[in-house]
Amino acid sequence: MSKVTFPRMGESWRTFKMLLEDLGNEVVVPPRPSKRTLDLGVRYSPEFACFPLKILMGTYLECIEMGADTIVTTGGVGPCRAGEYAMLHQKILKDLGHNMKMIVFEPPRHYPINFIRNVWTLNKARISIGGIISHIKRAWRKLQALDSVEKLSHVTRPREINSGNTTRVYRKVLDWIDQAYTTPQIIEAEAAALENMKNIPQDPQRMVLKVGIVGEIYVLLEPASNLEIEETLGNLGVEVEKSMFLTGWTRDNTWNETTERMTVTEAATPYLPELVGGHGRDSIGNTILCAKRGFDGMIQLAPFTCIPEIVARTILPRVSSDYDIPVLTFFLDEQTGKAGMSTRLEAFTDLMRRKKLLQLRTNCLTG
Amino acid sequence: MTIKVGIPGSLLYYLYYPMWRTFFNELGVQVVTSGKTTKNILDQGTREALADACVPIKLFYGHVMDIKEQVDYLYIPRVVCLNGKTVYCPKFLGLPDMIRYSIENVPPIIDVRMDTRQGRFALVKAYLAIGKILGAPKSLVLRAYVKAVGILYRYNRLLRKGWSPVAAMNFLDNQVGGTDFDGPLKPSLKFAVLGYPYAIYDSFISVNLIDKLMKYGVKVITAENIHPTLLALQKNCNLPKRLFWTLSDRALKAAHYLFNQNKIDGVLHLTAFGCGPDSLLNRLIEMEAKKHSNIPFMTLMIDEQTGDAGMTTRLEAFVDMVRRRKEVH
Repeated sequence: MSKVTFPRMGESWRTFKMLLEDLGNEVVVPPRPSKRTLDLGVRYSPEFACFPLKILMGTYLECIEMGADTIVTTGGVGPCRAGEYAMLHQKILKDLGHNMKMIVFEPPRHYPINFIRNVWTLNKARISIGGIISHIKRAWRKLQALDSVEKLSHVTRPREINSGNTTRVYRKVLDWIDQAYTTPQIIEAEAAALENMKNIPQDPQRMVLKVGIVGEIYVLLEPASNLEIEETLGNLGVEVEKSMFLTGWTRDNTWNETTERMTVTEAATPYLPELVGGHGRDSIGNTILCAKRGFDGMIQLAPFTCIPEIVARTILPRVSSDYDIPVLTFFLDEQTGKAGMSTRLEAFTDLMRRKKLLQLRTNCLTG
Repeated sequence: MTIKVGIPGSLLYYLYYPMWRTFFNELGVQVVTSGKTTKNILDQGTREALADACVPIKLFYGHVMDIKEQVDYLYIPRVVCLNGKTVYCPKFLGLPDMIRYSIENVPPIIDVRMDTRQGRFALVKAYLAIGKILGAPKSLVLRAYVKAVGILYRYNRLLRKGWSPVAAMNFLDNQVGGTDFDGPLKPSLKFAVLGYPYAIYDSFISVNLIDKLMKYGVKVITAENIHPTLLALQKNCNLPKRLFWTLSDRALKAAHYLFNQNKIDGVLHLTAFGCGPDSLLNRLIEMEAKKHSNIPFMTLMIDEQTGDAGMTTRLEAFVDMVRRRKEVH
C-alpha cells in the first residue's frame, strides 16, 4: 500500500494526517524541519530557489527515507514560483532516483476536474461523497481549533508571569486537540485548551506592544523556518498578530472578507494595484490595516529572493512613512542565525517601546 | 513645447523600444531614452534599489535615475501578459509602483496595464489610454498604433534573421548599416546564448558576452533569432506545467528546440544573481542538457560586481574546450 506524505506547515499536519487517514491512506508524518532537513534541501535544490522549496526538498527526502512514496501538495497558477515547485520537486527527486507519485491540488476554481480526480485517488477507503464532505468539514473544524489556540498563545505569552509557561501549556493542549476525533470532541478539546491557556497566571499591568507579522505564507506559518519569531517576540513582551492562518487565508481567497471596512486588496490598491503573486499585495494591505488599528509596528518575513515580497519591500518604506508605523523586514534563508535575528528584534522592540512611552507622555501632558 | 516621454533603456526596451518610439513619435511626442548602460547608471541603480533585488531591476533603477530630470513623463507600462498565456516576472508587474514609491521626485509615470487575457482589443485600448494621457486625438493614436505594430513586425523579422537588437534598431533608424552576428571572421562554431534579452544584449552588464564570442569565431544564436512558431511547436517541453513567465518560457523552449535539433556546438545560459524565475529555468535547462551529453552546457552568472577578466577566462576555456572536442570527433 502506498504511503502518503505532505508538506509540513506549523501544526496543521495534525489535521492533514487525520483527514488522509480517514480517507484510508497510510500517512508518513513529515518530521519537524531540522538542521539535517536544511542540509539535504540545500544540497539538492537550485541555489536561488526560495527557502520554502529547500525546506520542502529536505522534508520530502526525509519522508522518503521513512518510506513515503506519494506526495500530496498544492499547485498554483502563478506568477509566484511556488506554483511550479511540485513539478520541480518531482523532477529533482526523479533525478536522484526516487520515482515519487505527486498529487498536486490546483486551485479548484480553475481546475475543478483536477480536484475531483485527486480526491478520488486519495479516497482509498472508497467513502461516499457525503462521507468525504463530512470528513473535510471535521478536518476544517480541527484546523480552526488549532489556529484559535495558537492565536491565544500569542496573546498570553507576553503577559505571562512565569516565563515559558505559555509554551509549556500550548504544547500540552495541542495534544488534546490532536487526540480529539469527532466534531463534538474537537469542540470540547478546543474549549478546554482555551480555558487552560487563559488560566496561565498573567500580569495585566504590563505594557505590551502589538506587532503584526506579514509576509510569505510558508515562512509565516512554519516556526522552524522563521526561527520561532513569535516565541522570541512574545518573550520580549510583544503581542503578535499573524496576518495569515491557513483557515484565514483560504477564506480570503474564497470570499470577499470585510474587516476594517475595507479588504486587504482595497487597502493595498493605492500602492500596488496589481496582483504580483504570492502574498506581496497582502503584505502591503495588511500593513495598512494594522496601522489603522493602531499597531506599534510591523514585521515582514520573506524568503531570500522571494519576488513578490521584494516588490512589497520596495514599496513598504513609503507605506511606513505615510502611516507612521515602523516596519522591519527579515529575508530568511538557511544562513539566517537565531542570535542575529534576536538582536535585531530586541533593538526593534526597544525603539517601539520608546516611541510608545513618548507618545503616552505627550498625551499625559497635553491632556 | 513638445512633451518629452522617457523610456528607460533596460528590461523590455530590447524587445519593444522601436515600437514604442514609433508610437510616441507619431503622436508628436519627443522620446528620451537613457541609452547604453554605463558604470554610472549601474552605481546609481545599486544605490537606489533594494539590495535584494536582481541586477536587471537595479539597472532599470539606474536608467530611470539617468533620465528622470529631463522628461515630463516616464513610460513604464505594466506589461502583464502579451500572448494570452504567460505573464511576466512579478517584478515587471510591480515595476511602476516600485519606481513610484522608492525614488524621490519621479515625474508622472504612464503605467497603463497591458493584458491580452482581458479581450481581443486589450492592447489597442491600452495604447488609446496612453494617447488620452498625452492628449492626442483618437484617430491619430490609432494610426500611430498601426504604424508602431508595423515597425515591431519589421524589427522582429530582423532579429529572426540573426541581427542583434542594437544593430536592428540602428537599421530601422537610418536604413543603413548593420551586420548580423557572423562578424568579420568565418565562424567555426555555433553557440546558443540563452537568457533574458535585457541581460544578454546589454553589453555592459553581460561584459560584452556576444562581442567576445564573435571575436573567438563563434556564431551566436539567441531565443529572439528563432521563429516563434518553432518555439510554440515545443509545446510544454515535456513538463506537466508550462513556466508561468513569458521570457523564461521562451528561453526554455529555445533550449529544448536547439538541443533536440542538435546543430549547435554549445549552450550558454546567462543568468543574473538572485533572479527568481531563473532558479527554476536554470535547473530545467540543466536537466535537458544532461540528456544531450554531446552538447556542452555552461551557466554564467552576472551581478553588479562581475569583472571582465573572470568572464573572459571562463569563456575562453569553454570555447577552447568545445573547439578541441570538435576537432577530436
